[in-house]
Amino acid sequence: MQDVIVAPAPPAATPQPPRKRRPFRKTAEPFGFLAPTLVLMFVLMVIPVVLVVGYSFMDNVILTKEPEFVGVDNFVTVLTDGVFLTAIRNTLFFTISSVVAHLVIGLGFAMLLNSPLIGTVSRAIFRALYILPWLFTAAVIAVLWRMLLAPNGVVNFLLDTDVEWLASPALALGTVTFINIWAGYPFFMVSLLAGLQGVPAQLHEAATVDGANGWQRFWSVTIPQLRPIIISLTLLDLIWTSQQFALIWMTTGGGPVNVTEMLSTYTYKLAFSRYEFALASTSAVLVLLMSMVLAFFYVRHQRAED
Amino acid sequence: MSNEAQGRRRIVLVAGVTAATLGLLATAGCGAGGSGDSGGDVTIEFAQWWEPELPDGEFQALMDEFEKQNPGIKVELISGPYAATKEQLFAGAASGTMPDVVGLDGAWVSDFASQGVITDLTALMGDVGYDDSELASQIQVDGSTYMIPVVNFVYPMFTNDALLADAGVDAPPTNRTEFADAAAAVTDLGDNTSGWILPLSLETPNGIQNDVMSWAWASGGTMLADGGPDVTNDDVTSAVEYVQGMWDDGVIAPGSFTMKEQDKVEEFTNGRVGMMIDSLAHINLIREANPDLEFSISAVPAEDGYEGERGIPYASWGIGVAESSEHPEEAFKLVEFLMSQETNAELSSIAGAFPGNTKSTPDFVADDELFAEAFEIYQAGYPANEFTGLPVAEQLMRLFGEQLQVLLDGGQTVEEMLEKTQAAWEAEF
Repeated sequence: MQDVIVAPAPPAATPQPPRKRRPFRKTAEPFGFLAPTLVLMFVLMVIPVVLVVGYSFMDNVILTKEPEFVGVDNFVTVLTDGVFLTAIRNTLFFTISSVVAHLVIGLGFAMLLNSPLIGTVSRAIFRALYILPWLFTAAVIAVLWRMLLAPNGVVNFLLDTDVEWLASPALALGTVTFINIWAGYPFFMVSLLAGLQGVPAQLHEAATVDGANGWQRFWSVTIPQLRPIIISLTLLDLIWTSQQFALIWMTTGGGPVNVTEMLSTYTYKLAFSRYEFALASTSAVLVLLMSMVLAFFYVRHQRAED
Repeated sequence: MSNEAQGRRRIVLVAGVTAATLGLLATAGCGAGGSGDSGGDVTIEFAQWWEPELPDGEFQALMDEFEKQNPGIKVELISGPYAATKEQLFAGAASGTMPDVVGLDGAWVSDFASQGVITDLTALMGDVGYDDSELASQIQVDGSTYMIPVVNFVYPMFTNDALLADAGVDAPPTNRTEFADAAAAVTDLGDNTSGWILPLSLETPNGIQNDVMSWAWASGGTMLADGGPDVTNDDVTSAVEYVQGMWDDGVIAPGSFTMKEQDKVEEFTNGRVGMMIDSLAHINLIREANPDLEFSISAVPAEDGYEGERGIPYASWGIGVAESSEHPEEAFKLVEFLMSQETNAELSSIAGAFPGNTKSTPDFVADDELFAEAFEIYQAGYPANEFTGLPVAEQLMRLFGEQLQVLLDGGQTVEEMLEKTQAAWEAEF
């Protein structure tokens, strides 16, 4: 069977009224308004991301004058590196434990602060007190806890022990996770408190009238009302915590041995200690891919909410 | 839409497009600039981390003196903390915008030289007819000098005299057996005191260089053979076995695996540690923080019966010239000025360091007993830091540190540790 191609009739044969085109100014105008944002996004996001992705397919970039394309060699090297796999395991433990604890502690404190038993003044005082850890930068948190947890530090003095909290391979990962939990729960607490204050009192009253006890009201009224906030916060926290670098770097540097090595510290060491910028880019691209999975769910959740 | 509203809209639009265009132009414009001639004068840029570490204005005064002696040459100082300078230079190396004269750490030299971003000083010295006989040392890669150490900070042994006396030790130990005995005696005092302190943080792994390898160097040992790694040799094996022995005896302060240099100094300053190997640069810091602390300085103990010259670990403020410099001769004039007998003595005096010019004598040697003692140790031995000039020196220390941590944690034997380190190092060379 032959294809039949119907040639369009020459425009001259059947003169049509000229299509009504939007004037160029009208079409370009929205882009004019968007221009500053587009330029910023292009310069600060698109160019670096494209460069790093490009680097991950080259042999050692930056240090070599004329880097060559090496295909997926870098990905094979990174993915078969035992330390990278350790870093993935540690990052998973660190992230999941942190996020779960952030949620539980944040929700607990938020409910305490939202209790009608607390007066306005005490609520304000406790709110300020509980939010303090969130106000410190990672450097301050790291220095603070390094001093508290030092072998001759306050914690060992109070407990009357001589435990090497950060320096013992058995305890280090748990300790940095604890520090991160301490530093991050206020974000959950503040957001959930705002959510709790938005739960209509009538719902609780109606449930009480129906004979629900406190526990039942918590599971059937509070949690469903907070669900959208909890999902958003959890996804955001998963993304942030999986990329935590400063705290780990300044407390343990990824050690002892490799027990607190995270994807972030692994990537940093490749770039700034071994100057293997191509391998570091590869590791960064892998982290980007993993983060994108989380970001995908976050965006989808946000859309569903809209 | 009213005329007024349309006018406002147009203004916003024009402002948006203009901002975007300016943004693009500004981005494109980045990276231009650098050293140049202005009004007949040559301006050379000098990036270093030294100015912030010296008393206010002292380093600038030296530069003013240089400009006075060399009319027509201006020096623009680019100063920042050590870590920032390092990052800036590595970025500059990548983008080809190195300042004319650069402050260098020995650990960076090999990387910069192999990238071809710092110039071959042997050739430059030949071109300008410079006599290098007064230079205490030169850092070479493949037989050519790329860095000249301007001043050196040595790492002797610090002893807390009061703690040692309490433990019944009369004089600072001079050999390994005496050191181990003294460390055990101090630890036996109890009350959270330890004989020795060993920082092994993997974030800043310089403890491997200063606190571990110094034991090998102090007995004339080496960790290299023919420019390549040789950590399985007897020198390093015996040093590592010695460190492990002290670890097993429990005389090392707790917290080693994440401890950094500043933690070490802090513990010593607070009087909880009997002995440490540390930079002479910290003397004033210790005195200010704890004026009552009685401490003295001696050479790092050597193997029992060792009579030869002792290698003493050191760190340098080194200097080099960028390959891309448009004014290499003027840049070298600045190097020459800093290495001259008088200037070098002055810089050493204000930095509390030892001169890179063999003829210079810093003031503090006459004024301060501890510095005088250290200067004697420095002159009796030789500066030893085999990490200087090696590729990815910091990474080599980290690899060694990781294996040492496994060893001390009971995960492997000394032989296994050194063999794994050797293999890891060979991969980096």
